[in-house]
Amino acid sequence: MTSETVMNDKKKNAAAVSTYADHEVILPPNRLKKAVQKLKPGTKIDFDPVAKAEAALEELSEDFAEWMEQEGKRLSIARDDVTASGINAANRDTLFRAAHDIKGQAATFGYPLVAPVADSLCRLIEHTPDMKHIPMSLIDQHVDAIRAIIHRNTRGDSNLNAARLAEKLRNVTEEFLLHENRDRPDYLELMLSPTLAPGEANGA
Amino acid sequence: MIRIDFNRLRFQIIDDNAHMRRILRTLLHGFGTREVYEAEDGAAGLEGFTHFLPDIVITDWAMPIFDGLELTQMIRQPGANNNPYVPIIMLTGHSEKKRVIAARDAGVTEFLAKPISAKGLYQRILNVVANPRPFIRTRSYFGPDRRRNANPNYAGPERRKGGKADIIKQQSLLEKVQAPS
Repeated sequence: MTSETVMNDKKKNAAAVSTYADHEVILPPNRLKKAVQKLKPGTKIDFDPVAKAEAALEELSEDFAEWMEQEGKRLSIARDDVTASGINAANRDTLFRAAHDIKGQAATFGYPLVAPVADSLCRLIEHTPDMKHIPMSLIDQHVDAIRAIIHRNTRGDSNLNAARLAEKLRNVTEEFLLHENRDRPDYLELMLSPTLAPGEANGA
Repeated sequence: MIRIDFNRLRFQIIDDNAHMRRILRTLLHGFGTREVYEAEDGAAGLEGFTHFLPDIVITDWAMPIFDGLELTQMIRQPGANNNPYVPIIMLTGHSEKKRVIAARDAGVTEFLAKPISAKGLYQRILNVVANPRPFIRTRSYFGPDRRRNANPNYAGPERRKGGKADIIKQQSLLEKVQAPS
């Protein structure tokens, strides 16, 4: 490699930097340009990557019932540890992560009614200022509800009982959280603020 | 009109949940990607990042050892690795305002709330590939420009100081109040 080639490579990989009084604007080398194909108007596209990925996911979905069962079991084991040892930072985090994973995956696995119950459990764990105050019975009710919905194979979103159960648990949890955070108006505002990022279930 | 040649992109997935990694890998292969590297926590993710030099990182937020936010902060250290500018897509069940803002302020490029969909993931990838944003370095921030669009209704002070390029034309609050409705 000649010194000229090395210089050219360095130039190509260097970021363009504009310096201002209190900040710099940097235009990094675009390493992803290699993957952009510009098509002429009217070019026929015979490959739909989204449809192809959806089809691949559909093939994978044969395993989803088993995966949901495994995630429910993981949550139950985490709950059992909290019951046996009393809540502490480590087992609280394990319980939270198990519930949080279910919240994020249940709809993908075909169990959308499980997600709001898992979300309610996440909020209970995350927003209670003193974890020792979290009623074990409320944790149990969430975990048992999640497992019951999974066990009865309540797939889809049309089961009225599961929806009512989720709503009831959510209401009890929110009431508890309002009480626990009654002296923290700033936190309450944050806790009750709507989400910024919409769910992706509808392809948003 | 553009098309992404996924075949030419190398991805890294960092998620402690094996099921989610499998779903992500399936979607990426479905898009046409061949090279997908996985890591199951932030520490392994950082190690893999320096080793595999991925073009795009997709990371979960909640993970043991160090989480996706800390991982982002470590990648966005100028000089600490080969590519501090790498696009980072944060995939998470956290979608509350404070979380989204924290992710943005850590230097995350795109935010994707679970549950995941093929369309949602594709759109985020398309965005980072087709519309790369400049990076901003201040005393307290290094990451993609957090101003995606010039807001014509913004009436506050221009916080960035410097040359002409940074001055955003705006109506003052007084002018707005005085303007006939």
